[in-house]
Amino acid sequence: MRIAVVGCGAVGSLFAANLALLDDVEVWAFDLNELHVAAINRDGLRLTGAGDVVGHPRATADPAAIPPCDFGIVATKAMHTEAAIAATAHAFAAGCVATVQNGLGNEETLAAHAARVIRGTTFPAGKLLEPGHVQWDVQGDTTFGPFDASVPLAECERLADACTRAGMPAHAVADARGPQWRKVIFNASTNPIGALTGLTHGRVCERPDLRALVSGLVAEGKAVAAAQGIELDADPEELIDHAARPEVAYDHKASMLQDVEARRPTEVDFLNGGIVRFGRESGVPTPLNEAIWALIKGVEASWTQS
Amino acid sequence: MTKVVVAGAGSIGSLLAGHLARVADVTVLTRREEHATALRENGLRVSGRSDFTAQLAATADPFRLPEDTELAILACKGTDLEPLAATLEGRLPGATVMTIQNGLGAEDVVAAHGDWPLLSAVTFMSGTRHGDDHVEYVLDTATWIGPYRETTEADARRVAELIESAGLKVEAFHDLRPAQWSKLVFNATVNGVAALTCLPHDFHFAETERLSDLGHLVRDLVDEGRAVAIAAGVQMHDDPWEMNVLATERGDRHFPSMLEDVEARRPTELESINGALVREARRHGVAVPLHEALYRLVKAREASYS
Repeated sequence: MRIAVVGCGAVGSLFAANLALLDDVEVWAFDLNELHVAAINRDGLRLTGAGDVVGHPRATADPAAIPPCDFGIVATKAMHTEAAIAATAHAFAAGCVATVQNGLGNEETLAAHAARVIRGTTFPAGKLLEPGHVQWDVQGDTTFGPFDASVPLAECERLADACTRAGMPAHAVADARGPQWRKVIFNASTNPIGALTGLTHGRVCERPDLRALVSGLVAEGKAVAAAQGIELDADPEELIDHAARPEVAYDHKASMLQDVEARRPTEVDFLNGGIVRFGRESGVPTPLNEAIWALIKGVEASWTQS
Repeated sequence: MTKVVVAGAGSIGSLLAGHLARVADVTVLTRREEHATALRENGLRVSGRSDFTAQLAATADPFRLPEDTELAILACKGTDLEPLAATLEGRLPGATVMTIQNGLGAEDVVAAHGDWPLLSAVTFMSGTRHGDDHVEYVLDTATWIGPYRETTEADARRVAELIESAGLKVEAFHDLRPAQWSKLVFNATVNGVAALTCLPHDFHFAETERLSDLGHLVRDLVDEGRAVAIAAGVQMHDDPWEMNVLATERGDRHFPSMLEDVEARRPTELESINGALVREARRHGVAVPLHEALYRLVKAREASYS
């Protein structure tokens, strides 16, 4: 089996390094960061933290170098999906391409370039420390499911089986929208609140008025999911309260807060923006998500002011 | 000449004191002694739309204000008004007292500390302090004055005439509430959005091209504010959305004080502006979910300083 990981930031690297440990899988790691690519080809791709691994995928910054693959795993930031799949789709002409990205709309973007798309949601997280070296912060499950009827469930199972054997527990389900929307609602309801206030997840949750605002955002997301017939696999509210515990993620600065502090573009278009767009399609009003979306876009716009 | 006290020498207090000193006998009450010393020794330079240096009396000691003061303008920030009014209790027996703070409720704070006749005012002019003895007159928009307690429109007009003869734009009203509410809704919206996005009040606030543009949020916030005004029995004097469009079309990039306060990690006037609007909404049973969200987010941002 041949798998290409498209976008080898933190999450992509977790997949690429672990999968490269398997004898029966040939792994390609595509990333535009030439230093990262060179380091992987020289010393391997090293993970430390929640697991200590050195994998040896074949890394390249040249999309034309990727041979035909059975699977692609797209792990770029959501705003780079279009460019990434446009450059690499040739490798998946006979295979399937899965997304493990954040947010809504990635599957649709992939499907414009690739015939067989797998919807995926993943919970592991990490941080790129230096070229060739990723800190593995959190282990977690991955769920795969067909985006549409063109993908047999068996193909999702084959990919999930490889990931599981590689130490990245994964399973395949017929409708993977439940876990995807649970994660999107969690992220869309908490990340921007941290980004706008500068508060960690725990401090957001211990302010009753702010926690109520989070619940208002969650309720809109749930209503949009329900209107589309999506059954959430768990209540995002429980995840939010769980994460607020001191031993879990009380002190965690949401990735969007980290992005805002570093003045990097955020994924808000695919989180709150995604909920708003799907809400419009299903006729569900999402005024709070619209407000939060506009505020974060305003924050991003403030960086280009003189 | 009319004996006038201007309490508070931020940019608005300085603009009023400097101009009034040309036609009245002005004493400025400052918070810091060195500020008063600088004003006594150097005079107050006004640049920008006016250009002169005013000679005036100044003190940081409220007990040295002239007892025969006829008009006292309390021009401090809303957050400093309560302690200021407390120090004036039992003093300035012949004075008419005029508040000029943002938001709602300043008059009642003062009323609780004495039985002076009260005028209320809102101002749209703006300035920038370049030092204790120098203020730049930036926006020469009007100050509006109306009766509040034991005063009439004629009293408001007399003070307006004095201010106008000093070279500032001013208008007297028989009821200030329509103007005050226009400014309240405008400030709650624009200052809150600016404080959260770090954008100065510029063209972004009127953009409505894309779904995520800030103009939609600004308009929705104005609509909520209008509903509260109507429920409170007030027909706003100016439409805050039009005020917003006009201000941004001028091409100015105004930095609202709430944005400056947030960036300097100082307490903001949130309670007397956004807090006042939200409390009025609750009192009249009007749902203002977006203003509630804005208020909670800025409040939480202030909490993030500690």
